[in-house]
Amino acid sequence: MKSVSPLKPSERMKIPRQQSIEQSAGERSRNFREVSFGLDEQRARVEASRCLECKNPVCIEGCPVTIDIISFIKLINQGDFVGAVNKIREANYLPAICGRVCPQESQCEEVCTMGKKHPPVAIGKLERFVADYELEHNLFTAPVIATHRDQKVAIVGSGPSGLTCAAELAKLGYKVTIFEALHAAGGVLRYGIPEFRLPRNILDLETERIKALGVEIYTNFVVGRTATIAELFDEWGYESIFLGTGAGTPTFMGIPGESLSGVYSANEFLTRVNLMRAYDFPNHDTPIRIGKEVAVIGGGNTAMDAIRTSRRLGAEHAYLIYRRSRQEMPAREEEVHHAEEEGVEFLLLTNPTRILDDGNNWVKGIECQRMELGDPDESGRRKPVPIKGSELVISVQTVVEAVGQKPNPIIQTTTPGLETSKRGTVVVREDQQTSREGIFAGGDLARGGATVILAMRDGKTAAAAIHNYLLRKKENRNQETVSQTVVIA
Amino acid sequence: MFRIVSKQDLSPTISKFVIEAPFVARKRKAGNFVIVRVIETGERIPLTIVDGDPDKGTITLIVQAIGKTTKMLVAKNVGESLVDVVGPLGVPTPIENHGSVVCVGGGVGTAELYPIALALKSAGNKLFSIVGARSKDLIILEEEMSKISDQTFITTDDGSYGRKGLVTNQLKELLDTGANVGAVYAIGPLPMMKAVSHVTKQYGVRTYVSLNAIMVDGTGMCGGCRVTVDGQMKFACVDGPEFDGHKVDFDELIMRNRTYVDLEKISNDSLEHQTIHLHEGMMYEVR
Repeated sequence: MKSVSPLKPSERMKIPRQQSIEQSAGERSRNFREVSFGLDEQRARVEASRCLECKNPVCIEGCPVTIDIISFIKLINQGDFVGAVNKIREANYLPAICGRVCPQESQCEEVCTMGKKHPPVAIGKLERFVADYELEHNLFTAPVIATHRDQKVAIVGSGPSGLTCAAELAKLGYKVTIFEALHAAGGVLRYGIPEFRLPRNILDLETERIKALGVEIYTNFVVGRTATIAELFDEWGYESIFLGTGAGTPTFMGIPGESLSGVYSANEFLTRVNLMRAYDFPNHDTPIRIGKEVAVIGGGNTAMDAIRTSRRLGAEHAYLIYRRSRQEMPAREEEVHHAEEEGVEFLLLTNPTRILDDGNNWVKGIECQRMELGDPDESGRRKPVPIKGSELVISVQTVVEAVGQKPNPIIQTTTPGLETSKRGTVVVREDQQTSREGIFAGGDLARGGATVILAMRDGKTAAAAIHNYLLRKKENRNQETVSQTVVIA
Repeated sequence: MFRIVSKQDLSPTISKFVIEAPFVARKRKAGNFVIVRVIETGERIPLTIVDGDPDKGTITLIVQAIGKTTKMLVAKNVGESLVDVVGPLGVPTPIENHGSVVCVGGGVGTAELYPIALALKSAGNKLFSIVGARSKDLIILEEEMSKISDQTFITTDDGSYGRKGLVTNQLKELLDTGANVGAVYAIGPLPMMKAVSHVTKQYGVRTYVSLNAIMVDGTGMCGGCRVTVDGQMKFACVDGPEFDGHKVDFDELIMRNRTYVDLEKISNDSLEHQTIHLHEGMMYEVR
């Protein structure tokens, strides 16, 4: 595609990066509505015109699912917003989700040429804009499926890897069924990511679009319990299975006081609020406990989601306790920034040692120790070391532990021959194939805790590998039939 | 949707439901439970599967109306549906031949105990059953338990039926008579299971208890049901719900289960004082 911009590169560089419209911090820290409203049409067009249309578009290499970024931005420049979203959908079936939750700053936007001297092109915001535009104007059309195939594939888990794998296979014409343990589809997008980052109607809509490809979704179905992997193959007739069950088992620190009322895993805290809508109690029946003072332990995106949720539930003081410094925090910069704006108090280089009992089995405080950074550890980050005599007690009534999750073991323990690592993840090859023929895996189940977009990449890679596997399988079967025919003849 | 195909009232507050859940019916074993949601805005609650018919594709649940969710469930009738039923969850009860076993059921816990007692009997055990409740109207499944047991004892706290007093008095007596009991299975309120475990520990008799902890997902995801067993953190939903009664920290669990008492009351009151819109669009006068 030739350049579509009438502007010279030097002129493009003079245009400032366009900012999204956001709810003010004071307002949004008391509601569950989306923080950012995204770009409007005018700003989106201005932003798109900043793209330098590089001959060697490094942004595409920076994208885990290799979206043809330069082409979709050109289409925005031409005013073809639907064309742009369809261009994205060729590589990524969930644009409205990725435009919101992807860490663009460490992917496409990090390598953007404009970013060398100026702020990079706001690729993520443009992705979201075209997805929202299509949604707002109701312009979605499901892609035409050229070939229908009779082979059936089961997808276990309806999170980002499962949804993506399902969409890719359905586009190739396979009969796809997703099995979901909870009562609603979406996996971590449903129970983990709060509504103020990913509104439920967006998730519902993206899920509906996957169903529009002919994908069937069985909720309330725990593979390993309701039916085993062996039964899905032998009795249900699936010819290949993709496992995308995520990392849903919470880890606890193992400090005294974790059994007190008022202590939550981040999973429980977020599931109550996001999936069960405890913020709307008693209109929704699931309750949640929130003290005036809340501590969230951890420095990842889950910790940020939990602490920002606690502010919205009414916490007057929300303390984010993290044992390293801000620099080492694994959370996205944007999330840390939003949390700060919303009044979260950061207690960095601080490590909890004990949760204190008020005498009635309720949390009354958390005892911590100050830390300093020592030599780098195996993760390459400087290891926090306790400072002697630096103990302090913080008054809190709610403690949320966001210190990591592990894969749920139900499938691994009920599927013989499925190799797992010491960390409990399922071992996969480069094409996402597991140690068992016909079984593929991806997302956090294989990675042990990563991002939505990497899970989606795994789903996509697995779909391609499953396609190959099923083609081979069919070919072998045809050959067998042929040779049998010969024998009979 | 999970349709109710039959309903039988066992007491003014306890009902037995047969519900269509074909996948669960095929796989369920004694000791398994399901997570149920009654309405679209409802809670997820665990209920033990009492029985199942794989051919008809149904499971049996026995429910006592205690909180909002169970009250809404007990108010349901044949032909209506539950929005969600998922399972079978939890580790099935280990069934083996211990020689003689005592099954102790307290209140609605007897419903959970029944399939286990039946499986133990089928495994060749001599079966003694103790069915207890606060009062006569809360004694359930007496006939069913008697039918499968070699000997059945009934106790009520107020003496309105059977022997007056707690199940533990009867249990002690039984253990004293030298019935050569190999194991005790106790299901009921936490204080009852705690008391039973306390008694059997003195006699050195292995004891299985089924823990009813607060759960959200029931698949090991939230950790809300964590209990301390032998000093270790366990999740009742995936590691249990049955554990060695001699190793469970009952006091901790009793305290944890009180976490939402006041909020549960708010929920309950909202049900008592309002006409509730159920998801089918019907109006229900709950009181």
